[in-house]
Amino acid sequence: MTPALELRGLSKRFGGLTATDDVSLSIPAGSLHALIGPNGAGKTTLINQVAGDLRHDAGAIMLGGIEIGALPAWARVRCGLARTFQIAQLLPHYSVLDNVALAIEVRQGHCFRFFADARKNSRARDQAMSHLEAVGLSARASSAASDLGQGECKQLDLAVALATRPSLLLLDEPMAGLSALESRKMTELLAALKGRLTMVLVEHDMDAVFALADRISVLVYGRVIATGNGDEIKADEAVRVAYLGADDDRC
Amino acid sequence: MTSGTIEASPLQPATRRPGRLLSLSAAVAVALLLALPALANAFHVVFVLGLATQVLIYAIAAMSLNLVLGYGGMVTFGQAAFFGLGGYTVGILHQHFSEASAFLGLLPGSDSLLVCLAAAMLVSGCAAAIIGSLSLRASGVSFIMITLAFAQMLFFLFVSLKAYGGDDGLMMRHRDVAPFFDTGDDANYYGVCLALAAGWFGLTACMVRSRFGFVLAGLRQNERRLTAIGIAPMRYRLVAFVIAGMGTGLAGALMANDLRFVSPDMMHWTKSGDLMMMVIVGGTATLIGPLLGAAAMVLLEASLAAQTENWQLYLGLILLAIVMLTRGGLAAALDRLFGGKR
Amino acid sequence: MIVIEQILNGVQFGITLFLISAGLTLIFGVMGVINLSHGSLYMIGAYAAALIVAHTGSTWLALLGGLAVAAASGVMIEIVVVRRLYDRDPLDQVLATFALILMINQGAVMLFGRQPLFVSMPPALLGSVTLLPGLSYPVYRLGVIVLGLVVAAALFFLINHTRIGMLVRAGATHRQMVRALGVRVGRLYSVIFGFGAMLAGLAGAIAGPITAVQVGMGEQILILAFVVVVIGGVGSVRGALFGALAAGLVDTMSRAFLPLVFRQLMNGSDADALASGVSSISIYLLMALTLLVRPGRLQTAKP
Repeated sequence: MTPALELRGLSKRFGGLTATDDVSLSIPAGSLHALIGPNGAGKTTLINQVAGDLRHDAGAIMLGGIEIGALPAWARVRCGLARTFQIAQLLPHYSVLDNVALAIEVRQGHCFRFFADARKNSRARDQAMSHLEAVGLSARASSAASDLGQGECKQLDLAVALATRPSLLLLDEPMAGLSALESRKMTELLAALKGRLTMVLVEHDMDAVFALADRISVLVYGRVIATGNGDEIKADEAVRVAYLGADDDRC
Repeated sequence: MTSGTIEASPLQPATRRPGRLLSLSAAVAVALLLALPALANAFHVVFVLGLATQVLIYAIAAMSLNLVLGYGGMVTFGQAAFFGLGGYTVGILHQHFSEASAFLGLLPGSDSLLVCLAAAMLVSGCAAAIIGSLSLRASGVSFIMITLAFAQMLFFLFVSLKAYGGDDGLMMRHRDVAPFFDTGDDANYYGVCLALAAGWFGLTACMVRSRFGFVLAGLRQNERRLTAIGIAPMRYRLVAFVIAGMGTGLAGALMANDLRFVSPDMMHWTKSGDLMMMVIVGGTATLIGPLLGAAAMVLLEASLAAQTENWQLYLGLILLAIVMLTRGGLAAALDRLFGGKR
Repeated sequence: MIVIEQILNGVQFGITLFLISAGLTLIFGVMGVINLSHGSLYMIGAYAAALIVAHTGSTWLALLGGLAVAAASGVMIEIVVVRRLYDRDPLDQVLATFALILMINQGAVMLFGRQPLFVSMPPALLGSVTLLPGLSYPVYRLGVIVLGLVVAAALFFLINHTRIGMLVRAGATHRQMVRALGVRVGRLYSVIFGFGAMLAGLAGAIAGPITAVQVGMGEQILILAFVVVVIGGVGSVRGALFGALAAGLVDTMSRAFLPLVFRQLMNGSDADALASGVSSISIYLLMALTLLVRPGRLQTAKP
């Protein structure tokens, strides 16, 4: 079975600093693979390279068996990749519904349509509404995106990513900045998505990670020091030394 | 004004359906515009027609710039390049026509309004494609400077082209001709400009509401968000840039015909500045902003110049006051006064 | 020999550009304000110096006077207008400072008329000096070069070795941080603005004997100053120096030697016209080249 995402020897250097050190991963379709590690381990840098926001120096990135490393970020999205951001990226002056509807319109076809009123595209708006319902934001559909609270921003970010109907979803700290209640909601959301698409989850929230992940990789100084399921990782000596000794306050 | 949901930028107030008073004023304005030639004759103020024609021409240029500057968020200081190119296309074709010679030995001249306007749009569109594809790799200050540089390059180029008048400019003996009516008659020419301005307004209104406009405004708000949903930013910006270039070229061609004169000043950076003033004063990223801005600038200049030799001083004062005291220019002020339902 | 003379001319032009661009790059880099009226400060310095020399005959007084008047004008502009623009949209800054240009230019016309003022060369600096056998060069222009280099050195010292220079450097790279640290930003900005204005005024004062003092001289040089700022990098005074020297050299050399080059390839008047056109845009071509070769400049201090 071709893995949904495969990284082979991915490396990235910033001057003298090695941010990503020969990372190789193979993630089967439909699973949720978590990436954990101490601050500064290079998790977000890794995500940025997979998404195409950052150019990798060496190695291969295969999406469903196809090399996508040479493609710019927007082209990778067209291949079925999507991501959420640590700090939710929104269109602040559009409504919450418009934010999602735009993603759907983009998916519907080319955007050099000059004449039809985009806001009258009912198919797009209905689909957008259903995505909002899925993440629990339907009540806020007509608010401006800039009016949303922290947790709602993350929900919107997720809804927009899902609206592109990705086969692979990269989640960059979806719980960052959320309250305990909001985190639980988000965890439920992600759990509901399991099986329907492949997910790579970067997180510090260990409860969420152990609840959701099929497999976990531990990243330290840009290098994967261990990969396994939840129990294996908890038992791994190297991981314990490098990371799991930290209490929650460190995050 | 756009309908339905939340609006696009802090420079544009959130509006819903325009209020009754605003719609009424708009209707009155349209009626006035249509009746202007007759009214001007009746009240013996024919110069008003000339002014109105200038307003309409600048309105087309301002609407085009607004697409790129207001909606697209691309601060270009070189829009005058296309204004001048449009004008010079008309002037050069006209010169070759009257001399019965050919441009570069290949293209014959023409004095047909249709042909010349189309040619002007084609030339400025191509120039915009070239300039845009080079400039849009940059952003921020660098983009402003590169667009400015290209405009200056064209300015100096045309200054040095003695064959086409150089610094002194080109004169046209008569306006380009159109079938069925005499373009030399000011009232007729006003009608042409009015029709084209209305047409461009309609086109712009469609574009802004369309999927393309949706993407363009989104790019202005957050480019990263749009690449993350699969949009290649450069393409959309370039298309907007080219469309804006064509519109400005059309305006330049109309201006050349109106004044029967073209000069390199049409592409000087201060002309770019004038166009920007119109867009900003009128209110960026609004549909009627450019119209209001063009009208304000042209009428203000004309009326001040008639009063005093030092009109630039007062113009500067008024502009300064508008910037410092209002947010969102005239369109926003109008909206606050007459209000829509919110 | 002609080559060396033209090189010196180029350096002298570059020095003038540097004085204006240095202020511009600081104002734009540190304060993030697009100030189109900077060229007007150059003009104010030129007019002030011309007036003072005409009334007192003293060049030193004229120099200092031009400096002072420009600096004072700059501070006034900052207090009345620019201060309210820091957090505004860059387009509003463009519009406001453009309005200022209109007002200042018209003010100058009202005071001095449209005819250019000719300022006579200060008697102490008349004539030429022989630098090398066969090469004599005007003393005044040499003086400009020397003065400019002295100012550049002083600026570098100021920026790299004083506390206020440290604030300037910090502000140029991390404006928000400087504010967040509680630095008395308002005063810092006024000082920078006044200082930049003073430099522009100095440039105007010393330009008097070399160029005609007239309304509109500010805008011509403003554009070039902006281009220099882009070439040298926003916020960098060192960049402004190298950029200005490069621009001055490129402009002067192309004006001097391109006609000769083109005359080899085509007939007389066509060659001259083309040469004139190309040399006019040479600085812009240099800028385009810089941007192509060093794309790192593309995201400098965003307005």
